[in-house]
Amino acid sequence: MGGDALIELEGVEKVFDVRRRTGLMRREKRQVRAVDGISFEVARGEVVGYIGPNGAGKSTTIKMLTGILTPSGGRLRVAGIDPARERMRLAHRIGVVFGQRTTLWWDLPLKDSYGLMRRMYRIPRARFEENLERCVDRLDLAELLDVPVRQLSLGQRMRGDIAAALLHDPDVLYLDEPTIGLDVVSKAKVRAFLRQLNAELGTTVLLTTHDLQDIEQLCERVMVIDQGRLMYDGALAGLHSMGEGGGERTLVVDLERELPEISVEGARVVKVDGPRQWLAFPAGASAAPLVAEVAARYPLLDLSVREPDIEDVIARMYERGQG
Amino acid sequence: MRQGTARGIPHGTARGTVRGTVRATVRGARLYPAVAAGGFRRYATYGTATAAGVFTNTVFGFVLAYTYVALWDERPGLGGYDQAQALTFVWVSQSLLAAGALIGGGFQEEMQERIRTGDIAVDLYRPADLQMWWLAADLGRAGFQLLGRGVVPLLAGALAFQLALPADPLRWLLFLVSVVLALLVSFGVRYLLGLAAFWLMDGAGINLVAVVVTVFFSGMLLPLTVFPGGFGEFVRVLPWSAMIQVPLDVLMGVHSGAGGAVRALAFQSVWALVLLGAGRLLQSAATRKVVVQGG
Ligand SMILES: Nc1ncnc2c1ncn2[C@@H]1O[C@H](COP(=O)(O)OP(=O)(O)O)[C@@H](O)[C@H]1O
Ligand SMILES: [Mg+2]
Repeated sequence: MGGDALIELEGVEKVFDVRRRTGLMRREKRQVRAVDGISFEVARGEVVGYIGPNGAGKSTTIKMLTGILTPSGGRLRVAGIDPARERMRLAHRIGVVFGQRTTLWWDLPLKDSYGLMRRMYRIPRARFEENLERCVDRLDLAELLDVPVRQLSLGQRMRGDIAAALLHDPDVLYLDEPTIGLDVVSKAKVRAFLRQLNAELGTTVLLTTHDLQDIEQLCERVMVIDQGRLMYDGALAGLHSMGEGGGERTLVVDLERELPEISVEGARVVKVDGPRQWLAFPAGASAAPLVAEVAARYPLLDLSVREPDIEDVIARMYERGQG
Repeated sequence: MRQGTARGIPHGTARGTVRGTVRATVRGARLYPAVAAGGFRRYATYGTATAAGVFTNTVFGFVLAYTYVALWDERPGLGGYDQAQALTFVWVSQSLLAAGALIGGGFQEEMQERIRTGDIAVDLYRPADLQMWWLAADLGRAGFQLLGRGVVPLLAGALAFQLALPADPLRWLLFLVSVVLALLVSFGVRYLLGLAAFWLMDGAGINLVAVVVTVFFSGMLLPLTVFPGGFGEFVRVLPWSAMIQVPLDVLMGVHSGAGGAVRALAFQSVWALVLLGAGRLLQSAATRKVVVQGG
C-alpha cells in the first residue's frame, strides 16, 4: 500500500474532559477516551465500513477526519492534509454526510442549497451541472428540487444531503449513519448510488452504520471499533466467522392463533408473544427449509427474517475474545 | 513503510493558510450575496407571518402614538422633539423593529439551537466563514423585513398622523446608510449573544435580558434624549442607541448640518466595527473550544 493511502491514522487518540456537577460547588473532572490509539490506512477507491456499538468512538473519528475535532494524540492525514490544521483546504477534498444533521437550507427549495454549494466550493458551472444531473438522476431528486427542505421526508432529505456532499468531486466521502431511520426504498437507493459512485468515479467511501446490510452490500472491508479501540480490520466474511456460534438470524412467524412453542429442526423458539413467535437459527443456514417446514405444519399468517444486527455479532466477538 | 509515507506528506504551512484566506475572500465575493438572497427569499415564503407582523407593528404603533400624543401635550418639546417628530419616532421605529430583529426573530435563536444540538459542526467543515455567512443571511432577512414589515406601518402612521418626514432625498439617503449601519450594529450584538451558547447551557435567559436592554436603550420605547443628565449621556453612547435613536435623528435632521450626520454615521460605524471585531475574536475562541472539546 504505502504511497497509495488516502487516509492514514497512526495511534490517533481523542480524550474529552468531562466536567460533572457532583454537588452545589463541587465539580468532578473526568476523562473520556473516545478514541484510544487507532491506526489504519484506507487506500484510494476503497469502500470501508466503520462499525461498533453506540459510544464506540465512530463519530469522533469521523469528526477528526474532517478537521472539526483535533486529535489529542497520534498522527492523522487525509489526502496528505492534516485536517485540524487546514480544515478549509481539506474541505474541498472531502464530502461529509452526518445522518442526523443536514447541510441543506431548511426553508428553501432543495436546488437553492445546491446553488450555494456551487459558490461555496467554487465549482465550475459545467462540472457542477454534470455532477448535479448525475446525482439528481441516480438519487431520484428531480421532483424534489423545488420542494423546501423542511417538507422532505427523512429519506428524501438524506438523498438530498448525499448529493450536496458530492457536487465538488470530493476524493473521499464520509458518511456517519447515512441510513439510520430510512425506509427500505430509500436505503436501497442510497446503497445503489454509493456502489455506482465508487465504481464509476473511484470515490473512496468511509461509512459508519448499524445496519449490517449496508456493510454486506457495500463494503469489502470492515473495521470494528469498541471503546475507542480497533478490534477488527478485514473482510466482512472474517467478521462473520469470528462471530460464529452465536451469529443467529431470527425467523418471526405470525400464527393464526396462540399456540404452544413451535418445534422444528434447526431452530429454537426464543420468544413468544401471543400468536407471534421468534425462532433463532444459525446465520450460515438457509431460511428456506425452515420456512417450508413451519408453513407445512402450522397455521401461518405471515413471517419475516431478521438479520443479526451488528451489535449482536460484535457482542459475540467479544464473548469469544474473552472466553 | 509507514515512515515512508509520513515523510512524503507536506505539513500545513502558514503560507498555505494565508493563501487559503485570500482565496476564501475572493470566493466570498460571490457566495455571500447568494446567501443574503437566500435569507431574503426564506422570509418571503412566510406570507402569513409577515402579515401578522405588519398587523402587530401597526397596532403597537397606534398604542404608542396615542401615548406619545398625551405625553407631548403635557410636556411639549420633551426630549427636544415637537409632537410631529415624536410621532415620527414612533412610526419609523416600528418600521425598523423587525428588520433589526430588536425583540428577537433574527438568526440568533437559530444559531444557539444549532450550537446546542451540535449541528454547528456541519457549518464548521464547510469552506465558508461562519460570521460572514450569518451576517449575509441576516442582512437578507433584514432586507425583506424592511420592505415587508416596514413600509405598511410607516404608511399607516403617515396617513393617520402628522409626521415630520423630510422631503430632501439626500436626507433619506443618509437615513438608508444609517439603517444599514444600524443593522450591522444589531447583528454585531446578536452574534455575540448567539456565540454565547457555546458556553451557556441555555440561551433563553440572555436573550430575554437582551430584549429588555434593547427595548429601553435603543430608543424604541422612548427617545433616549428624554433621559436626563449623566444617565442620558451614558445610554446615548451605548451601541443600542445606534439601532433606533441615531437613524431617527439622521432622518429628522436633528444633528445640525452635514457634519452632524457624518458624526452620527461615524458613531454607528465605530460600534459596528468594534462589535464585528469582538464577534470574530469570540468566534475563534468558540471554534477552538469546539475543535478541542467537541462543543
Ligand atoms: N464533545 C464531547 N464531550 C465529551 N464526551 C464526548 C464528546 N463527544 C463524544 N463523547 C464521548 O465519546 C465517546 C464516543 O462518542 P462517539 O464518537 O459519538 O461514538 P459513536 O459515534 O461510536 O456512537 C462516547 O462515550 C461519548 O459520550
Ligand atoms: Mg455516532
